[in-house]
Amino acid sequence: MTTVAELPAGFADKVLSAQSTFRSVMDAMARPGGVQRIRAQAGTPAPMMHGTAAIALTLFDHDTPIWLDGAMSATPDAAKWLKFHTSAPVIAEPSVCSFAVIGDARSLPPLDRFALGSNEYPDRSTTLILQVDSLTSGPAYELTGPGIDGASVLQAMIPANLLELLAINATLFPRGIDVVLVHDDAIVAIPRTTRLAAYGA
Amino acid sequence: MYVAVKGGERAIENAHRLLAHERRGHRDVPEISLSQISEQLSLGVDRVMTEGSLYDRELAALAIKQARGDLIEAIFLVRAFRATLPRFGTTEPVDTGTMQVRRRISSTFKDIPGGQVLGPTFDYTHRLLDPHLAEEGAPEAPVTAEPLAVMPRVTDILGRDGLIEPSPEGDADTPVGDLTREPLSFPADRDLRLQNLARADEGFLLALGYSTQRGYGRSHPFAGEIRFGEVEVEFFAEDAGFAVPLGSIPMTECQMVNQFKGSATEAPCFTRGYGLAFGQSERKTMSMALVDRSLRARELSEEIKAPAQDEEFVMSHSDNVQATGFVEHLKLPHYVDFQSELGLLRKLRAEFFEASGRAEPLQEAAE
Amino acid sequence: MNATAYNFAYLDEQTKRMIRRAILKAIAIPGYQVPFASREMPMPYGWGTGGVQVTAAILGPDDVLKVIDQGSDDTTNAISIRKFFAKTAGVATTTSTEQASVIQTRHRIPEAPLRAGQVLVYQVPIPEPLRFLEPRETETRRMHALGEYGLMHVKLYEDIARFGHIATSYAYPVKVNARYVMDPSPTPKFDNPKMDDCPALQLFGAGREKRIYAIPPHTKVVSLDFEDHPFSRYRFDAPCALCGADDSYLDEIVTDDRGSRMFVCSDTDYCEGRQAAGHRGTESAAPHKERVHG
Repeated sequence: MTTVAELPAGFADKVLSAQSTFRSVMDAMARPGGVQRIRAQAGTPAPMMHGTAAIALTLFDHDTPIWLDGAMSATPDAAKWLKFHTSAPVIAEPSVCSFAVIGDARSLPPLDRFALGSNEYPDRSTTLILQVDSLTSGPAYELTGPGIDGASVLQAMIPANLLELLAINATLFPRGIDVVLVHDDAIVAIPRTTRLAAYGA
Repeated sequence: MYVAVKGGERAIENAHRLLAHERRGHRDVPEISLSQISEQLSLGVDRVMTEGSLYDRELAALAIKQARGDLIEAIFLVRAFRATLPRFGTTEPVDTGTMQVRRRISSTFKDIPGGQVLGPTFDYTHRLLDPHLAEEGAPEAPVTAEPLAVMPRVTDILGRDGLIEPSPEGDADTPVGDLTREPLSFPADRDLRLQNLARADEGFLLALGYSTQRGYGRSHPFAGEIRFGEVEVEFFAEDAGFAVPLGSIPMTECQMVNQFKGSATEAPCFTRGYGLAFGQSERKTMSMALVDRSLRARELSEEIKAPAQDEEFVMSHSDNVQATGFVEHLKLPHYVDFQSELGLLRKLRAEFFEASGRAEPLQEAAE
Repeated sequence: MNATAYNFAYLDEQTKRMIRRAILKAIAIPGYQVPFASREMPMPYGWGTGGVQVTAAILGPDDVLKVIDQGSDDTTNAISIRKFFAKTAGVATTTSTEQASVIQTRHRIPEAPLRAGQVLVYQVPIPEPLRFLEPRETETRRMHALGEYGLMHVKLYEDIARFGHIATSYAYPVKVNARYVMDPSPTPKFDNPKMDDCPALQLFGAGREKRIYAIPPHTKVVSLDFEDHPFSRYRFDAPCALCGADDSYLDEIVTDDRGSRMFVCSDTDYCEGRQAAGHRGTESAAPHKERVHG
């Protein structure tokens, strides 16, 4: 059993670390497919990656219900750490969560299990934080949409069915799911407006 | 040769220095103290606390002094300060039934348990300017009445016979909304409407309440009770596990009793309009109660046809800090838009005169 | 009475988190107005509180901030807001469009092209482009949900029927990413084409109306028009009297009470940059004094 004293630390400098992490996430969201780095240092509870932990410390609080997948909730460490550092409620029902943290990308559930927003309030939707094996090598994907000058190419190890799952965004817009891929301190955003295809397909 | 205007920073500093000078007034006149404002302009302090959404007499007095007596400016100062305060939680609902009453009147019953207590009121004063007040002097000591007392609410008396709808019960699973923390969306529930009205401009509510009396959404009101006195404020401390008293504050409550003809499912009964404010704020709470009742039109299946019944209209325009900001922003430069409009207007006029075959009048020709 | 120590960039961290989440959703849904719990700021509503909150939520110690009002760094409200951030965040400020990383603006888009990595923050008074056609939020929200913008086209067409032109000269509505009709804030329509395919991120903050919206870089932004009445820009047909520019939006300066007037660039940084590079108009002083940025 972990006590509070044994929990990994949060940000050393809450204000400026949150600011620099937010700017990385904002830049990622504004330039889909582009790799941004998280520079702020923070403690990281297993199995959270550094980028995931920094994003949590930056964006989560008691107003944002969080859903954790099986890998993230395999031990209570991540949930405890989140509760202590962010006060965010960890909930069992994904359809009303603000953020879903996915430790095992291969067992990502269908995206319509999360909050998709309504046509009146499409912003009331889940942002997925999805940990992946690489954001610099692996199969190449071509991304198009707002934020991208023409098309951008991303090389990443992402779950094979992600393209299929993300197709929901094209049909439901303006409703949809926004995704932030994380590997270590690298992040890439795929907002709902981005169309993702296997490169050269 | 033309040189573009510069030195705005200096101009701003100088203007603010001049403002401070004007605020002070003639230096031969003693400077007004916060306790003088708090003690002798207390109804102004009450209004600033109510519409500023912050119970702090000293800060409200400071705001009034800094605002040179402009109450809306003072409310703005208090609001901006309030927005920076940390939030520890919410207090327990105040129980006005246990109020230590200093004034209490009902227009629905001649006599009621506890009686009618006039208290400190302008009512029945003859509005004749009092020349004695132009000079310093001590008023006569008040006749000591009975000590402050707890007395039952008139609406509770009516409620025992089921003649008036019950006050809605609190629901622990649905926390009370807070429009300073969550963006407002419509339709809005009564908790948010009441919060909006409590913060609303007294003059705006007065005019709207008045309009309902003149037929724009008539609600047949009676002033069931207006009470003013001290109420206990308690805070539930999670560590301690019980509610801790924080102290008592003066508040005014107005419960309007309004006609309701009933519906297919509801027996006819009286309905309530509710007003609550810090300090002694009778005009505010009465107006608030009238408008609260009008805004319940949707809930009571009444036809919505008057401004006071229209929650979007009322709630979007009731806040004087928002209203004064936007009205006064017209002072800011609009050169570039005006230039665009000038261009359009010149074009439209040229086309008009070309089409009509008339010559465009020139300003110079008139000179 | 205790003096309060304010946080970096004034806003508390909880408020910043709330605004930051709204900004991310705004970027993800280009042109959609995200409701946010706008705070009471120490300047009046209608004077830039939305822009100030957005800027406060994104600003970091490495940023270089430029603030303009009517295109100028020297207008009083621009000075006031610039001073606010210099004081509360200690950031470097500039008047140079090129050197700025964050530019907060009221009513103009700078003349110099913006670049990738810059953020343009607009102050917005009325974010709802349909508001003057339909005052009810519940109705306009439904129209946006359904993408039902017939009312706007009817209005624009009525202008054409009546005046022969679309009689909207500023706050001219645009369609973002072929989905949302959006208010560009009260910029003159001259600036509308700069929003299209812009390399910089554009963020819009409306404090009193509690809305944040965004245009990501390289997003299609089209001014509403008709095939037989295409959108057109307006600028007074004259070169700037100070720098001779014939491609910039102009302020009209009334120089006496006998009808004399002259036209100068509304974007003071652009104008001064041109003068420093040796460009001259009919009224410019010579030799020009170098302007120090920073």
